[in-house]
Amino acid sequence: MTAARRNANNTPMTGPAIETEGLTKDYTTGFWLAKKKRSLDNLTMQVERGEVFGFLGPNGAGKTTTIKLLMGLTFPSAGTARILGRPVSDVGMHNEIGYLPEQPYFYDYLTACELLDYFARFHGYGAAERRERVERMLKKVGLETAGKIQLRKYSKGMLQRVGVAQAILHDPQVVILDEPMSGLDPLGRREVRDIILELKRAGRTVLFSTHILGDAEMLCDRVGVIAGGKLRGVGAPKEIVGVQSHGMEILFEPGSGAGAAGILEKAVRMGERYRIEVAEGELYGAIEQLRAAGAKILSVVQVRQTLEDYFLELIGAEQARTSAVEVGEK
Amino acid sequence: MKRAGIVAWNTFREAVRDRVLYNLVFFALLMIAAALLVGQISIGIEQIVIVTLGLSAISLIGILMAVFIGVGLVSKEMEKRTLYALLAKPVRRWEFLLGKFAGLALTLAVNTAAMATGLAGAMWLVQGSLRAEDAAVLVAVYFILLKLAIVVSLALLFSCFTTPLLSTLFTAGLYVAGVFAPEIRAIGKVTGNAALDAVAMGFSYLLPNFDNFNVIAAAAHRRAIPGMLVAQNTLYAAVYCAIALTGATMIFSRRNLK
Amino acid sequence: MAMLLLAVIPAGFASVWRLQRGIDRQLAEMHQEQDELVLRSGKMLRLLSLEYGAFLADVYWTRTVQYYGDRRVRQVANLETLGPLLDVTTTLDPQLLPAYRFGAIFLAENAPQGAGRPDLAVELIQKGIRNNPDFWRLYYDLGFIYYWELKDYKKASEAFLEGSKNPKALIWMKVMAAKIAAEGRSRETSKILWREIYESTQDKLVRENALRNLKLLRAEEDCEYLDGLAGRYARSAQRRPERLEDLVSAGILPGVPVDPEGVPYVLGADGKTHVHPKSPLLGYPKGPPPR
Ligand SMILES: Nc1ncnc2c1ncn2[C@@H]1O[C@H](COP(=O)(O)OP(=O)(O)O)[C@@H](O)[C@H]1O
Ligand SMILES: [Mg+2]
Repeated sequence: MTAARRNANNTPMTGPAIETEGLTKDYTTGFWLAKKKRSLDNLTMQVERGEVFGFLGPNGAGKTTTIKLLMGLTFPSAGTARILGRPVSDVGMHNEIGYLPEQPYFYDYLTACELLDYFARFHGYGAAERRERVERMLKKVGLETAGKIQLRKYSKGMLQRVGVAQAILHDPQVVILDEPMSGLDPLGRREVRDIILELKRAGRTVLFSTHILGDAEMLCDRVGVIAGGKLRGVGAPKEIVGVQSHGMEILFEPGSGAGAAGILEKAVRMGERYRIEVAEGELYGAIEQLRAAGAKILSVVQVRQTLEDYFLELIGAEQARTSAVEVGEK
Repeated sequence: MKRAGIVAWNTFREAVRDRVLYNLVFFALLMIAAALLVGQISIGIEQIVIVTLGLSAISLIGILMAVFIGVGLVSKEMEKRTLYALLAKPVRRWEFLLGKFAGLALTLAVNTAAMATGLAGAMWLVQGSLRAEDAAVLVAVYFILLKLAIVVSLALLFSCFTTPLLSTLFTAGLYVAGVFAPEIRAIGKVTGNAALDAVAMGFSYLLPNFDNFNVIAAAAHRRAIPGMLVAQNTLYAAVYCAIALTGATMIFSRRNLK
Repeated sequence: MAMLLLAVIPAGFASVWRLQRGIDRQLAEMHQEQDELVLRSGKMLRLLSLEYGAFLADVYWTRTVQYYGDRRVRQVANLETLGPLLDVTTTLDPQLLPAYRFGAIFLAENAPQGAGRPDLAVELIQKGIRNNPDFWRLYYDLGFIYYWELKDYKKASEAFLEGSKNPKALIWMKVMAAKIAAEGRSRETSKILWREIYESTQDKLVRENALRNLKLLRAEEDCEYLDGLAGRYARSAQRRPERLEDLVSAGILPGVPVDPEGVPYVLGADGKTHVHPKSPLLGYPKGPPPR
C-alpha cells in the first residue's frame, strides 16, 4: 500500500532518503531585524535509506534549525534540501514523513485519541482505519489508558509519547525526531529506543537529534556531529566518538591483604572506594594484583572519550565551555 | 480543500470546547429582559426597539468574537507551536489558513443563527406573531454575518505578520474606518480640495465598506431590502475575503515559524 | 502560484470598486436623505454611534417619551429641550415615525401640554416628510399644525392636498383640503381631525391628548348650548341667571349638567358658561388659567 502511494507521488525508489547541500540559515535578530545570526552554516550531508542516523550536538548547535528546514517550517537562506529525492517545499510528500517537534505541544482541548484521529484525517484514512491506527499507536507508546484524557492534563513525558505516536501514525518512510528522548523517564526512553529499532527493522529511515551520546551510540548506524552550526564529522558512532580509548577503569574496595600499597598509590580515592585507570594491556595484571591484595572489584569499564571531550577537541575549549553537554546514563 | 475542511472542523470544535458559545446565554438573557421591559418603557415603538436592540447586540457580540478569536487563530498556533506537527502533515499553508477562516466563520454562523432565533422569539413575544415583513430582520442578520466574515479575514491577515495586540488594534481600527467609509469619501467634497478628494475617494474604495451591511434601521422598520443589494453585498463580502485571504496566504507561506 | 496570487489582489480590488458603485446606488435609493453637513449634533452622534445609531435613536426616543410623557413633569419641565431631543432622535433614525408624530403634537401645543413651538413642529414634520415621502400621514400632521395651532388655513389646505396625492392616502385628505380651503376653522372640521389623530395612532400619550381635545370640543358645544338656555332664562325671568342651578329651579334643566369628565359646568362672571377651572379636562391637576 505504501509502495503504491509512493509511486503515485513519483518518489524515486533509489538515492539517499535525506540530502542537504550547502544548507544555511541566518536568523535576523534585534528590534530592527538588522543583526544576523548564522544558526546553520553550509550543511551538506546525506542520510541513506533504511538507516538510523543520529544528529548529535550540544544545545544551540543547529539541530532543530536543520530539522525545521527539512520540514519546511522555515526556509533556508541558502542551499537546498531533498527528502526521498523531492524538494522539501513539496508538501505532498509529507505523507511519507513523520515528524516529532522538539518539546511538542498539541491542542490541549483534545484528548490523545481525538488528536491522533484529527491528524490521521489528513492522510485520507477512513473512519475504521483511523480508529484501528489510533488504538495501535497509543498502545505502542504506552498511553492506551490515557487516550480519553484531555491533553491539557498530560505531563511533559506523556506529550512526548503522543508526539512519537503522531509521527509514526501513518507508517511513513522517513521519520524525523527532534530530541525524542528528552522529558522521558528511563522506561519511556527505552520504549522510544524500541520504537526506533522497530522502524529500522521495517526498513524505515530515521533521523533523530540528541545531545546525549549514549542514545546515539546505542541506536545509530551513523551519526553526524554538529556544533556551532557546522557539521564536524559523520561516521559510525565508534569512529566518531569512541576512537581513542583512554584505557580501562577499575572500581574497587581495598582489602586488608599485603601488596595493596603499590596499587593504592596510583588509585584515586572516592569515599570508601577507589578508582584506578590502567592501559588496556595492563588490565589483567592489575586485576591479579588487586585480587592478591584482597580488594573487592566492583566494576571494570572501558574509558572512552566523552562527547564533551570530543567537542572540546573539535571546537576549542572556549566555545564548548558555553555549550552544555550531558553524557547520558549508560 | 478537503484538508481545509478538516482544519475548519477542528477550529469549530476548539471554539465550542473553549466555551465560546456561552455568550449566547448572555444574549438570551438580554433578549428576555428586553422583551419584558420594552413594553414598559418604549411607548409606541416596542417592535422597533426589540429589533434594533437585538440586531445591535448580534452585531456587537459577533464583532467582538470575530476580532478577538480571529487574531488568535494563527498566532496562538504559532505561539504554542501546535502548528509544527500539523504542518508536517500533508497540509499546505493556504489550506491551513482557509480552514482556520472557515472554522471561525462556521462558529460565528452557528452563534449568529442561535442569536437570531432568540431575537425571533423575543419579537414573537412582543408582537404576538411573526409576519412576512419580518424577513427584513433575517436579511439584516445575514448582512451582519457577511460583515463578520470580512472582519475574520482581516484579523487573519494581520495576525500573519504581526503580534496579536497589534492585529487587534489594526482590525478594530480598520473596522471603524470601514464603517466611516462613506464619510471618508465625502471629505474631499466638503473641503473642495481636488487632490484630497481623489485620495479620499481611492482610499474609501480600498477600505472594506462596512456601512454597506448596516440595514439595522431599515430592518427595524420592516422595510423590504432589495434583492439586488443582497446579491451585491454577498459578492462584495466574498471578494473582500478572497483579497484578504490571498494576502494572508502570500505572507504566511513565506513566514519562518519561530 | 505567486503570480496567480498577485493577480487576485488587483482584480479583487477592481471588482470591489465596481460592486461598491452598485451598492451605493441601492443604498441611495433606500435612504433618500442626502448628507449635507456632518456637523449638526445629530449627524455627529450618528457617526460616533457606528452602526448602532438606530438603537441609540430608540434609547433617545424612549427617554424623551418617559420624560415628557409624565404630565406632571411636563408642567414644570424645560420644554426647550424637547425640540433638540426629537431632532437628534430622528437624525439617528430618520424612519422613526412615532417620533415625528409625537413631536408634531407636543412641540406645537401650548403649555402645559406642549412646548408651544409650532414652528419647530413644522420643521420636524417637514424633515420627516423629506425622509419618508411615502408616509402620507405626515402631511396630515403638517396640515393639522397649520390648521389647529397656526390657524393658517391656506397652508393647512395645501398640506392636506399634497398628502392626498399619495395613492395610499385616504380619500378624505382631499375632502379636508377642500373643506378647510372653503370654511377655514369649524368645529366640525376640528372634530374630524382630532378623531382621525386619535384613531390613527397607538401612542398612548397622543391618543390621550386627542381624546382630551375631542372632549374639549364637546364641552365647547355644551357651553354654547347652555349659553342659549341662559339667554332663554334671562328673557323669561327678566334677569340673568347667577348660577346654573337657577336654570334647574326654573325647570329649564333637569339638573346641573357636567362636562365629559363629570365635573359640573359653571356660569362665569361674564355670564357665559365655562368648564370648571378644576376640571381635569383642562389638563391641569391644579388650576392655572384656561387658554
Ligand atoms: N527563531 C530564531 N531566531 C533567532 N535565533 C534562533 C532562532 N531559532 C534558533 N536560533 C539560534 O540558532 C542556534 C541553533 O539553534 P537550534 O537549532 O535550536 O539548536 P539545537 O541544536 O539545540 O536544536 C541557536 O544559537 C539559537 O539561538
Ligand atoms: Mg533543539
